[in-house]
Amino acid sequence: MSYNFAYLDEQTKRMIRRAILKGVAIPGYQVPFASREMPMPYGWGTGGVQVSAACLTPDDVFKVIDQGADDTTNAVSIRRFFEKTAGVAVTEKTTEATVIQTRHRIPETPLSADQILVYQVPIPEPLRFLEPRETETRKMHGLEEYGLMHVKLYEDIARHGEIATAYAYPVRVEDRYVMDPSPIPKFDNPKLESPALQLFGAGREQRIYALPPYTKVVSLDFEDYPFDPSKAAHPCALCGAEDSYLDEVIVDDAGGRMFVCSDTDYCASRRETGEAA
Amino acid sequence: MTPLLQVRNIEKRYGARIGCADVSFDLYPGEVLGIVGESGSGKSTLLNCLAGHQSPDQGEVIFDTRADGPRDVRQMPEAERRMLSRTDWAFVHQNPRDGLRMRVSAGGNVGERLMAVGARHYGDIRQTAGDWLSKVEIDTARMDDRPSAFSGGMQQRLQIARNLVTGPRLVFMDEPTGGLDVSVQARLLDLLRGLVRRMGLSAIIVTHDLAVVRLLADRLMVMKSGHVVETGLTDQVLDDPQHAYTQLLVSSVLQV
Repeated sequence: MSYNFAYLDEQTKRMIRRAILKGVAIPGYQVPFASREMPMPYGWGTGGVQVSAACLTPDDVFKVIDQGADDTTNAVSIRRFFEKTAGVAVTEKTTEATVIQTRHRIPETPLSADQILVYQVPIPEPLRFLEPRETETRKMHGLEEYGLMHVKLYEDIARHGEIATAYAYPVRVEDRYVMDPSPIPKFDNPKLESPALQLFGAGREQRIYALPPYTKVVSLDFEDYPFDPSKAAHPCALCGAEDSYLDEVIVDDAGGRMFVCSDTDYCASRRETGEAA
Repeated sequence: MTPLLQVRNIEKRYGARIGCADVSFDLYPGEVLGIVGESGSGKSTLLNCLAGHQSPDQGEVIFDTRADGPRDVRQMPEAERRMLSRTDWAFVHQNPRDGLRMRVSAGGNVGERLMAVGARHYGDIRQTAGDWLSKVEIDTARMDDRPSAFSGGMQQRLQIARNLVTGPRLVFMDEPTGGLDVSVQARLLDLLRGLVRRMGLSAIIVTHDLAVVRLLADRLMVMKSGHVVETGLTDQVLDDPQHAYTQLLVSSVLQV
């Protein structure tokens, strides 16, 4: 059995490309699109996969990461999906990839202008947990009524003494739309201002949004509680990197733990080139 | 003096039935207008039409805006109207659950309007919220508790603080003391009267409780079946009712 290139039919890809173009034209705005059923469950990246399918060309080199790792179930199965349906080259190297689909991380290696980063988004609406009505949140976006977003940050400080939101940290795009950057750690927020094109796909919620290259992205905060892209105060136990986002790994049942880079490619390439201490 | 609010021939129908019809009045700055009537007389419909929660079928609601003077609220773009309802207007619901965010702390509830108009300094927001909580006699130690942990009277006072924090000029109140027991009602009324007088607020209070309007309202409008049947100074209407329905209403109050 053979598939059309990248699984989706050409009309569907055109429809998705139109949504992407509109998203690029209005940075941070959630464009509705007719999300298709994909051969994977919702929550596994159906939105990201559709955006990737619409972007891929036969010459592309494709990379998939899940929480920074190239070798987890979600990453492996999506990579194999496009190997099989599009026949594109795949890689684990951030620098070699032209299209990178990601779940919950931005690669540590800075991206370049010829790369596309595709995010898998579970809930695209940053105001959703404060205002359950879609009609109301759309109106709030339309009229730029974003005071409620700060109520959430206020509650964080009142309860925890600091802004405790650690992932899916809301940002303001080009001084206009408030956007959910998908559940990336807030450590990655500064990297949202990037030379690469960034596309966000939410399959179940049927929304696509985008950050064109070099778009202004500001993380929301208070004057007296400025945004802080925090990370664990350790170096990576494998490669010694002090500037990368770390996963905490429990290594025994006696409370032993180690901190390692969540970006596996970054960690491995540092160890290969002997940068590790 | 320019009236703060001019209402002209407001009419709202629910199909063939009348919600309210032919309602006109002027409200001057610092004045408190009471609207009384039995259940179903159209007083809540009228209030919702004035506050923009419902769209009247015809009529004008002209508000004296700070920037541009008197303007018909119904002709304003939605963005301006919503801005108005966050700044110069306030709406106190009968049920505090309708007017509060029950999953947000008391401080956050009061601070929301400040943040909605651009306050971005946590310390200042908290300070102002704390001031307002003490003004409505809520212990500032309870600032980080959620309204669900508050009693009915406290919730209602919190709702009032949340509404008054941006210094509105016009307050709509829909049965502000409904569902509270009498001693709590008395305290709330006392508090409201103080706030209204001190801040020089204009207010429109809808209620079926004549004691509430006796205490708070300067003027009174009596409604029946969607129409205004009698208007006048509060004491005049209550002590010398002219319309048969008003006479019935006044004589129905139980004397203890």
